[in-house]
Amino acid sequence: MSEQQSELSAAKLAVSDHEMIRIAEMHKWYGQFHVLKNINLTVNKGERIVVCGPSGSGKSTLIRCINRLEEHQRGQIIVDGTELTGDLKHIEQIRREVGMVFQHFNLFPHLTVLENCTLAPIWVRKMPKAEAEDVARSYLERVKIPEQAEKYPGQLSGGQQQRVAIARSLCMNPAIMLFDEPTSALDPEMIKEVLDVMIELARDGMTMICVTHEMGFAKTVANRVIFMDGGEIIEENEPQEFFNNPQSERTREFLSQILLH
Amino acid sequence: MSNALQTPVAPPRNGFSLGKIWTDKRSRGVIIQIFATAAFFAFIFWLLRNAVANFETLGKPFGFDFLWQESNYDINQHLIEYDSRSSHFRAGVVGVLNTLLVAVCGIVLSTILGFILGVLRLSPNWLVNRLSYCYIEFVRNVPVLVHILLIHGILVHALPGVKAVLKGATDDASQQFFLTNRGFYVPRPIFESGIWLVVAAIIGGIAIAMWYRRQARIKQADTGEQSPVFWMSVLAILGLPIVAYFLAGQPIQWDAPVPGRFNFKGGMALKPEFLALWLALSLYTAAFIAENVRSGIEAVSQGQTEAAHALGLPRGRTMNLVIIPQALRVIIPPLTSQYLNITKNSSLAIAIGYMDIVATIGGITLNQTGREMECMIIVLSLYLMFSLTISLLMNWYNKRIALVER
Repeated sequence: MSEQQSELSAAKLAVSDHEMIRIAEMHKWYGQFHVLKNINLTVNKGERIVVCGPSGSGKSTLIRCINRLEEHQRGQIIVDGTELTGDLKHIEQIRREVGMVFQHFNLFPHLTVLENCTLAPIWVRKMPKAEAEDVARSYLERVKIPEQAEKYPGQLSGGQQQRVAIARSLCMNPAIMLFDEPTSALDPEMIKEVLDVMIELARDGMTMICVTHEMGFAKTVANRVIFMDGGEIIEENEPQEFFNNPQSERTREFLSQILLH
Repeated sequence: MSNALQTPVAPPRNGFSLGKIWTDKRSRGVIIQIFATAAFFAFIFWLLRNAVANFETLGKPFGFDFLWQESNYDINQHLIEYDSRSSHFRAGVVGVLNTLLVAVCGIVLSTILGFILGVLRLSPNWLVNRLSYCYIEFVRNVPVLVHILLIHGILVHALPGVKAVLKGATDDASQQFFLTNRGFYVPRPIFESGIWLVVAAIIGGIAIAMWYRRQARIKQADTGEQSPVFWMSVLAILGLPIVAYFLAGQPIQWDAPVPGRFNFKGGMALKPEFLALWLALSLYTAAFIAENVRSGIEAVSQGQTEAAHALGLPRGRTMNLVIIPQALRVIIPPLTSQYLNITKNSSLAIAIGYMDIVATIGGITLNQTGREMECMIIVLSLYLMFSLTISLLMNWYNKRIALVER
């Protein structure tokens, strides 16, 4: 056991205990198009980070690089001590520890809500079915839809589907949660039910990175707000400072546009 | 909320009154249907009566008694005993079996080829997907009759004649396969008494594989451990019969074709007509099935793959657990059409003299007896029966895997 552990820690790179994600001098191109330029970002355990910026600024691409749904071409991404390279074993290992919630939910329509939640624990974590179902039910309870467990995704409302998607990610017991515009596809009255779940998650100490335009959410739960434009991180600050005293001209412009509404 | 559950509100029902019978949507629908049905059957009845009356004036009474007359013609490929003294009925049965043989073999081969081609078509490897693309575009844009004639032509004209093969054959007994333009001569299996052990082993192997699969599922549900179901099934289904074969003292003898003076003695021949029809239909239909498979897989949104990957599911599992179950729903309905097409296209057999149901009952029997009405009714209803059976099976399967919404 101890031998295994020492092997494991040897495999992990030398980072501080608190560091969950480190992105250093990272670049990404789509063909000739330079999407992400020299990204440097460190996320510590328990931090809640909100990423905002105009559309096309590379926010989604950035968080999709963290679980390798997108490949970066230069620089370094280290997640929980494991560096992301072409190594499939490492990629799968990181994906097990990083949960992701998508704008369009991406629930599996051919499986019930409960099966959506138990699929990965059973096939990836090799969890006994009864145990996986217990875990799933407890998370469905937490996102406040335990009574929908036997239904199919097509029978739920958008807000309910997004909460199932959050529960599905939590069932893998991830160390980090990534949210890619989780409320953008929802009707206004459903946004709150999803945000409430996310706020509760933040209070429980989950490490989170959220791409969102919900500035209220950013003010309530974020430790740090990151503003991106043109594939670069323009500004990075605590929410109080970020909203009251933005440093760059572009940030001010962006904030004036979205806060006027 | 609880109050609403106790007294459910029923959907409102409209009261019935005679005055509204024509303005009410539902009762008007019923009336129209009754009249339409009556008119349809009256039309069919008129058609049939007309036909029977006309045949009677021609002096051709309607009836199926001709089926028991001697057929007076030979059929080169018969799966059951048949010669020219057999009845027309028996010729028909031979034709039906030949149609079914080529249809079933065609469905199996075209499905396998189609799925492989469809998946290759989506390969990220440029060469592989281009090759698959070229195959599909070439094959499906040439009429199937041309494919049949082409392959038949190759088999008949490019392969050496029996005489030439016999001349070239040495006394070397090791040669057991002969390619000639009259057929592909191969050894014929002769089953001895010990064969029951092998048959039992095959059935047992399948049973064991199914049992193992069940046990593996139960074990996974209980402990989470996964078992190598695929490889254990292969071992049981292939391994067991092989062991049984040797235990029973090798109960299959092979009767190899031996070159004689004018022809081969023993063995059996796969006829060029069958080979040409089977290959042409399969290769042609496979191109269409490949496109169905490709569109089915592409119809599953990229988000599904991303969600599965984000949960840590590896590629293979993502395919088996997430993509394929959803793709099948898109693939099955057009696949049914392709199975129907291959069955019906097999009637092109007549172009190269493969004796299917159209060539026997609808061809020679019709010409000899002059019973065109009866023969066409038989052929029509047989094809209808095959097609409806396929439709029924596929629709049942499609329903079983359909998506639940609302």
